[in-house]
Amino acid sequence: MAIRLQDYEQIVGREEIAELSAFAERVRNKRLQNINSTAVGGGVAEILTRLVPLLGELGIEATWDVIKGDQAFFNITKAFHNALHGHPEEITREMLDHFQANTEANLGSLDLNGDVIVVHDPQPAGLILKKKEIGRRWIWRCHIDVSSPNPEVWNFLRPLVDQYDASVFSMPDFARDLAIPQYMVPPSIDPLSDKNKPLSQDTIQDVLDKYELDSTRPILTQISRFDRLKDPLGVIAAYRLVKRNYDCQLLLAGGGAPDDPEGEVVLREVQEAAASDPDIHVCLLPPFSDLEINALVRGSTVVMQKSIKEGFGLTVSEALWKKKPVVGGRVGGIKLQILNGVTGFLVHSPEGAARRTMQLLANPGLRQTMGENGHLHVKQNFLLTRHLKDYLFLMLSLDHPDEDIVQFYQA
Amino acid sequence: MPHSEPFVFNTERRLVVLTGQTARNLPELLAILKQISGSSVFYHTHEEYFLSRQFARHEFYNDFALWISEALQEEPLAEKLAAIDLLSFSTIRQIRERMVAEIAAFLESAGGRARECPPGDEFHFCRAKSFVVPTGIVARDLPDFLNRLPSVSNTSLYFHFFEARLRLERMTNDFSFWLSGIGQEALADEIDRLNPYAMTLEELRHRIIQLGRRRLGN
Repeated sequence: MAIRLQDYEQIVGREEIAELSAFAERVRNKRLQNINSTAVGGGVAEILTRLVPLLGELGIEATWDVIKGDQAFFNITKAFHNALHGHPEEITREMLDHFQANTEANLGSLDLNGDVIVVHDPQPAGLILKKKEIGRRWIWRCHIDVSSPNPEVWNFLRPLVDQYDASVFSMPDFARDLAIPQYMVPPSIDPLSDKNKPLSQDTIQDVLDKYELDSTRPILTQISRFDRLKDPLGVIAAYRLVKRNYDCQLLLAGGGAPDDPEGEVVLREVQEAAASDPDIHVCLLPPFSDLEINALVRGSTVVMQKSIKEGFGLTVSEALWKKKPVVGGRVGGIKLQILNGVTGFLVHSPEGAARRTMQLLANPGLRQTMGENGHLHVKQNFLLTRHLKDYLFLMLSLDHPDEDIVQFYQA
Repeated sequence: MPHSEPFVFNTERRLVVLTGQTARNLPELLAILKQISGSSVFYHTHEEYFLSRQFARHEFYNDFALWISEALQEEPLAEKLAAIDLLSFSTIRQIRERMVAEIAAFLESAGGRARECPPGDEFHFCRAKSFVVPTGIVARDLPDFLNRLPSVSNTSLYFHFFEARLRLERMTNDFSFWLSGIGQEALADEIDRLNPYAMTLEELRHRIIQLGRRRLGN
């Protein structure tokens, strides 16, 4: 059954939903068109799938279109993506030409009918060329970190970005010094999705049993892809240090991408490192394992996200929402989610992770307090309803570009 | 002549605006601090009060002090900035000047030595774009005001106390301003002298109600 706006009332309260409606009232006559490059897979599609219907319920005519492109185009945008993250990539004149040709093809076929047009990420960024002809308000919503990009790609994109009315980044660290206004809109988790909804103790126990985890002993868990940047070997090293003092178990669980050869290599390394210890559980989860991930996190004692480099790292919010303290690397969006010493601990090394994990294992009261704090922190900052409200504020901002304080009076 | 305008409780919601200005060390922080908008200075000295988290907060409520402590580990300066009494200033410009003076003095005493933050720990200057909306709660007179105050959100309290005085440059908080207008100058003055930086918003609410009740004689 589809999730309705009303269903969030039980979580965020009636006032919060009423406030959403009140703000929506002020932008209700506007059409909001989202454009990205894929209808399924990836965080952007996931968030649009949830946000667009909820905006509709608030009376805003929200739509979502996807640009077309051949395989060559998507190979190019993948190279762009890597280059914007600062990886060395060879960008040729032909690639830029092909990108432009693809943009023009989409300009010819897409119906740009929004009053406010939100273009997600670099792939459709060139659609802004239509602004001269049709006007409207345009927002570039950049989900990736462009703070230290390959200059060749950035110099190509920058003149396009400069034509937007505003840009949006997930956190300050991802942004650049631009001439247009830049707003921060962090991503969010959906508290009613399979990955986050409340589960019965029986369901949690069933999943723990399925993965042969012993609920009578502490379980340390990291949920992430098998990727070196998530440092799974560092997590095993931390666990081994903890294990000297605490009879605990380690769960490393995550999905794999079939087209990611490096993921397979990392998984093998992790399996080899874990082979001698029956208390280390390495689980490659199939797609659509959200409910199981939910149960595994709820059954855990301490959650880790010991990344070396991270985008936003929403797995942290997912764990905090379940009242689990998180020990995480001091990188990317993890820094916004773990308030050091309040909702978990920020660490730099396996030794640091081990020390903080032991501190938590020694102190159930601290785990509980941090868990409660984490839940409140996520409730205030990283839930879908906040994301929805930010969309309304973005629309309002376009009407008041130069005001720091926008005063509304009783409607 | 006292007026009879009711008090309209507003509340504030906001979007964070990124300025794109980033500092890696104290000289960079100082250079940006001198020219960044007052709105950004206000944001970084008041964000923690605005968030009014329901749990223990950072050691430092001032973002500059927090960064100087955590990313640069220059504790003596962090401590000094955190100890600046924001209530003693009536404009954001004065707060900025005081911060600038403290940082400049520290740099001078350090003889040009300036630590770099670890990569990824830079200070990002932000500011807020605020949307101020009526809560629908309105008070007609003092007894009504005291009855309504418990049901007003912390954000609303924050807005009328912190934002009104400094960001909106009203010189005092909105409650005191209104109370003066309805002939309650003494109470207005007592509330004006409360230090909102030294208590939680819940405590602030409690103190205002207490002072008001005392004034009414119950």
